This record gives sequence, structure tokens and C-alpha cells, in this order.
Amino acid sequence: MNQTQILVQVKDLKKYFPIHQGILIQKEVGAVKAVDDVSFDIYCGETLGLVGESGCGKTTTGRTMLQLYPPTDGQVFFDGQDLTRKKPRELRALRKRMQMIFQDPYASLNPRWTISRIIGEPLSVHNMDQGNAKFEKVEELLDLVQLNANYMNRYPHEFSGGQRQRIGIARALASEPEFIICDEPISALDVSIQAQIVNLLEDLQDRFGLTYLFIAHDLSMVRHICDRVAVMYLGGIVEMAAQDELYDHPLHPYTQALLSAVPLPDPRLTRSRQRIILEGDPPSPANPPSGCRFHPRCAIAKEHCQTDLPIWREIRPDHWIACHEA
Amino acid sequence: MQPILELQNLEVNFHTLDGVVHAVNGVSYSVAAGKTLGVVGESGCGKSVSVLSVMRLIPDPPGKIKQGKILFHGEDLLEYDDKRMESIRGSEIAMVFQDPMTSLNPVLTIGKQLTEGMMVHQGISRKEATDRAIDLLTLVGIPNPAERISDYPHQFSGGMRQRAMIAMALSCSPEILIADEPTTALDVTIQAQIVELTKSLQERLGMAVVWITHDLGVVADLADDVVVMYAGYIVEEADVFQIYENPLHPYTLSLLKSLPRVDRRDQNKRLATIPGFPPGGLTVLPGCPFAPRCSFTVERCMHENPQLLPFEADHKVACWVDVSTGRER
Repeated sequence: MNQTQILVQVKDLKKYFPIHQGILIQKEVGAVKAVDDVSFDIYCGETLGLVGESGCGKTTTGRTMLQLYPPTDGQVFFDGQDLTRKKPRELRALRKRMQMIFQDPYASLNPRWTISRIIGEPLSVHNMDQGNAKFEKVEELLDLVQLNANYMNRYPHEFSGGQRQRIGIARALASEPEFIICDEPISALDVSIQAQIVNLLEDLQDRFGLTYLFIAHDLSMVRHICDRVAVMYLGGIVEMAAQDELYDHPLHPYTQALLSAVPLPDPRLTRSRQRIILEGDPPSPANPPSGCRFHPRCAIAKEHCQTDLPIWREIRPDHWIACHEA
Repeated sequence: MQPILELQNLEVNFHTLDGVVHAVNGVSYSVAAGKTLGVVGESGCGKSVSVLSVMRLIPDPPGKIKQGKILFHGEDLLEYDDKRMESIRGSEIAMVFQDPMTSLNPVLTIGKQLTEGMMVHQGISRKEATDRAIDLLTLVGIPNPAERISDYPHQFSGGMRQRAMIAMALSCSPEILIADEPTTALDVTIQAQIVELTKSLQERLGMAVVWITHDLGVVADLADDVVVMYAGYIVEEADVFQIYENPLHPYTLSLLKSLPRVDRRDQNKRLATIPGFPPGGLTVLPGCPFAPRCSFTVERCMHENPQLLPFEADHKVACWVDVSTGRER
């Protein structure tokens, strides 16, 4: 597989959600800057991790990339084509090649539809296999995610969380995509089931040469599954590097705090280790701090951090960071 | 040390339309003052039901505490009448719930909810209770407590709400704090804050803590003793170092193996997994409940359920097999 070929390119992507005031006459009084100037590339066949705390804009980034939300500004290139300029009809043809796996396996499957209808829907939408061919394809997909093909006529409520997530994965695979956005696919699952789903995702990647954007807040799982990792804080990416580089040498003070907050399943180690405990909560994205967005909680912030926006720079080979002081 | 809370052979069932769900099947554990007990297990293993029974918060029907004792200072809470239980609940034994959004009343101010318990249990005036509430909010690290006390829950962030819940639980200086997955809905940085807060409060106030979680990382950080639950049974019980450094039950062992580590490079490309999924509680297997998913299963596991027995001093395990040799003990 060609690891250096770019499949998806995100350039200066912005997504603002307007805040309205007034009941009859609605006035726009501000905007929640959910995604504010985010750029990154995803190479063919790799898994890029997007991590950060809730509300940092990682899910919005994923959805805006697929044009599920119209972007406020910026571009998203998929295989060289700018998705933000496509007409709906052209976009639909491209959507076949990009799919999504959702976080909540309970909310993302229609409870009144049978499994075969859920998994077969992308096939009908994209005019792929019909009739008997469709039936066979659904059977094949169920087999692929290690579910019994006899389950085809059952309904989602008859399945456990892990099985439902497998159904969600089968649906995402139906249109034979090249790129899948996995939006927290394991966070709703039990510990013993998480590893099963992660292994399945990795097997499928090897088999079909899939490219993943893996959105998660579980930093240990991200280290396992991802090739490169981007850390988001309050709508912007603050650090990006290859997984071992980022975890072994985090340079941004936020990444350092985030990693040190993860408790280790080893009592001696986790108790002896020096922890960086961040004060307070992340500020509201409707009114982000000036300069570096992290400066109010940062231990090494200097005066210019309050006023100057840090530039995105390569601090070590292939290790990018947005910080004045690191 | 004398345990302050002791569960003895607790058995809780739920009578549903589909049949009887055996949520907790003969569970015994105890915790002493100033100590933290971690109760670990996956969803549906009975960990929450066991502590809800302590608070006598199991809805009856459909729930039923079939047998067992819950000893608090040697007295069985299950024999208390409702009035006596009410005087203990929230005052001597307090609880912090998982979801700070649904466990706070959205139409009452934080101050109102904080003072209510103190006014009921300690019979102090609103003014005194308000002053104490402000002290408590300061204690749990809420900025500008005097102003924030008149805020409503929606004006607080997730972490602040959980702090307010902890303040509420501490308001009557309980002897036991039960925390039911208090950090599961929170981000890691906020979780670290809450864990540090609980540790420092416990040091200052000397209370016993029962911490329910599925996160083996959090338990490693704060527990003194750990019980691991599966399908309503305790499968392993030991002090925290023993559990992590010398796990004896195949379930504990495979759970620990299936966790990827944030602090070291992966040795294997694939994660170790536990096949299948946890049983629902409706079906009772004749043998060990973990046998269908276990990689050490021997013939005996299929028809005889092992008892929780001491293997070494203070290290109990319910398993027929010695995991170090793979042979029957």
C-alpha cells in the first residue's frame, strides 16, 4: 500500500454554529467556534487518531469533513476532489467511498428495521446489488463482522452492544468504502468487548486497505490502533505526530497534561508518577481565550501567549505543534 | 481493623416479565474506616445493585433482596424500618452517582439541593446550612462559591456538577462514601481532579470509600482493596497490588491483558480478547459463569460453580484452575 499518497486533505477547516437571541426576531449574537482553522492530511491506508476532551470539536471535525455539516470556511479534498464545492448529486457518488461508524450502537440503528434492511440500505442508495445479489452481499457482510448470517431477519434490540457495533461496521462496509470515520466506536462498550471491536477494525483494514480517521478520547486505545495522532483543544489541533513519538515525547503542555491524567492499570507505577493536574474546565468555544487558547490553564504560559496566536510549526521531523514555549 | 460496612452473602433478584434476573448472587465484602474498596466489573455484573442495596434503594417490586445481611457498625441495615433508614441514608452513608446531570434536580439551585440534606439530618437553620454549603463548595474546589451557590445545575460544567454532588454527599460528614462510577461520564483531566479530590478528602475526613467502576486504571490509582465481580459473583478479592501483580482469576487476568497501555509501546499488533459477551442474568449456568468465555476451562467448570476461597493470605479467588499451570488445583 502506498503510505505516502494523500487520500484526504483538510485545509483551514472552520465550522461555526451561530448563536441566536430573541424569539420572534432572531438575531445572531455570536458563534460557537466548534472547529476553528484545522488542517491535516490523511495518507492512504493509515489510521489517524483525533483525540481531545468532550466539546473540543473532534466529532464536528469528522462530520464536517463528510459534509454532514456544511463547513463555514475551508476545504476538504478527498482523492484530490474538493468536497466543499461539489453539487449534491456529485457528492452522493463520492459518499459511497466515505463512510462513518457512530459512537452509540443503540441510537444509530433504526429499531424498526431488520438487520438485513439496515445493512442493505447503502446498497440500495448507491444502486449497487439488488434482489438476490443484495441478499448474498448482506450475508457476506455479516460473515465479515463475525455475526451469524441467520440473524438477518432480527431487530437491533435482540443484540448486545458489541454485536450492534458489528452491525454498524457491516453497514459502513456495504458500499465498499476506502475511507471510514470511526467516531468513538468503542466508548459505549464494555472493557472486554472493546478489544474485540478494535481487532475487527484492524483486520478489516488489513484486508481491504481501508483508511481510518479514529476519533476517541481513550488515549491508550488510540496509541494501540493509530499510526499518527492529532490532539485537539477547543476547536484547534495543538499537536500532531506519529503515535510513539507523541506518547513518548509529548511537547505541548496540554498533551503532557492529558497523557499524565490517564490512570495506568499498575498501582505502583500510577501512584509514584508525577501528575499534571489541570485546573478548572476548558473554556467555552463560544468565547475562546485570546492568543493561545490553552494559556489560562497552561503552566508555562508567558505574556505573549495571551495575545499572540501560536503558529503551527514542525518542532522535530514530522512532529507538529502549536505552542510558543515548547 | 474492624470493618465499618460488611455485606454478608447478599443475594438480589429482579422479577421481570422475561423471568427472574439474578443480579447479585451471594456477595460478601467489607470496608474499614479510612480505607477504599474498589468494586470492578462490566455492566450488568451486579456492582451497582450491591451498593444500591446498601442504601436500600432497590425498587421493590421488581427488585427483591432475597437473602443476606448488610452490617453497618454491626447492625443489619436490612432490618431497619424506613424511618430509621432515612436517618442514615445521606447522613452516615452517602452516595455519589454516575451521571451528575440526571442526579441533580434541574429546577432547584445547587444551594437549595446542598442545604436540604443538612437541614433535614442535622436540624440546622437555612442560614447555617448555607454557610456550610459555601464551605463545602470551597472544599471541593468550586470557584466563587458564594455566587455559584445560587446557580442552577445547567450553569455548571460536568466536572463542577460532580464536585457539587460530592459536596452534597459530604455535607453531613458521612462515615461511608459510596461512589458509583463517579468519573465515567467525565474527561480524563477532570477525572484526575476528582480522584485527587477524593483522596485528599478521605485523608482529612477519615471516611471509608466504596468506589464502583469498570476502569482498571482508576482502581489502581486509589483503591486499597479490590473485588472483581462477574455475573453477580465475586470472582477475585485481594489488596490492590496482588490483583494487578498476581491476578489469579482468568477473568481478571484477561481483562488486564486486553488493556492497551498508554505508557509503553505495543508488543503485539493484536489485542488479547475475551471471546463472547457477559451473560444477561436471566440464564443461570450450572457451572462457573465465566466458563463459556474462559480459556482455562476444564471439565469441572461446566457443571460446578467454584466458591470464593482463600488462595493465599487475603487473596481469594473463585476458580477451579491454577492459572499459572493451567491445571486444576
